[in-house]
Amino acid sequence: MSALANIQTIDDLSRAIAAIPYASLLGIEVREEDGEPLFYLPFKDKNIGNTILPALHGGVIGGFLENAAVLHLMWQREGEGIPRVIDFSIDYLRTGRAQDLYCRCEIVRQGKRIANVLMTAWQDDRSKPVAQARAHFLLA
Amino acid sequence: MNGLWLPVEEPVFFEQLQQWFMNLPHCRELGMEFANAERGRITLKLPFSDKLIGNPHTRVIHGGVVTSLIDTASGTAIYSLLRAPEPVATLDLRIDYLRPARPDLPVYCTAECYRLTDHVAFTRATAYQDDPEKPVAHGVATFARGMEPKGSTGIASTGETA
Repeated sequence: MSALANIQTIDDLSRAIAAIPYASLLGIEVREEDGEPLFYLPFKDKNIGNTILPALHGGVIGGFLENAAVLHLMWQREGEGIPRVIDFSIDYLRTGRAQDLYCRCEIVRQGKRIANVLMTAWQDDRSKPVAQARAHFLLA
Repeated sequence: MNGLWLPVEEPVFFEQLQQWFMNLPHCRELGMEFANAERGRITLKLPFSDKLIGNPHTRVIHGGVVTSLIDTASGTAIYSLLRAPEPVATLDLRIDYLRPARPDLPVYCTAECYRLTDHVAFTRATAYQDDPEKPVAHGVATFARGMEPKGSTGIASTGETA
């Protein structure tokens, strides 16, 4: 379980993802951009939720963003346990097409026990987000 | 909606539709199963599986799994009120996580479409385990009807089901 403790670097985040079964199931990856984690979800068939368009499942987009927010908080706080989601609200702005999806997180407010995180997801054009979400977390 | 039962609006269509939903790649990946339907209200079942875990210390499933279940159940519920295929797109979804799901037990989700207009469907959903009085999560969502989906749960034609 040490993979989920004391997260400081992007490599630590990659190890944390590998230790979270659902994050591995979606296929989440992370790299550094401008000194912050950039989360991305390489496209794979099993994340499809509409076979006609085809499009990513809305739950995949939501689950990816929620995971990203948890991981971003762990990185920001240097991993003092796994934050617990209290509520999650997502606006779907465009179809999540059958291609890679990216996410950046912003901690809007972090108190002693509660954090508010904003997540933005996009595909090939950052100015045309696929979804935006916000969530509250109970800090461990 | 009160508690009085009515059949789904168009049983043959709905049966094709729910099979289409349950066969979507990501629904199969998570292991979702159709459980029950009536007019305006449906229930899905998600058996426990280790691959759904979000916290390896506690073995609690990830919130994102519950998000997928609520999104799918809410979208499916709309079609229990429809007579024919049409695209539906999730506009927004808000979930309150009331308590952690207990490991090794299935999660059920009952969703209802409590208001359907020409352009918008309004849904609410409850995810629970063996005690419906102790729900795991509540979700409310809105969907746009009759347009190319922006979100996930659109369907253009059941004739193209897998």
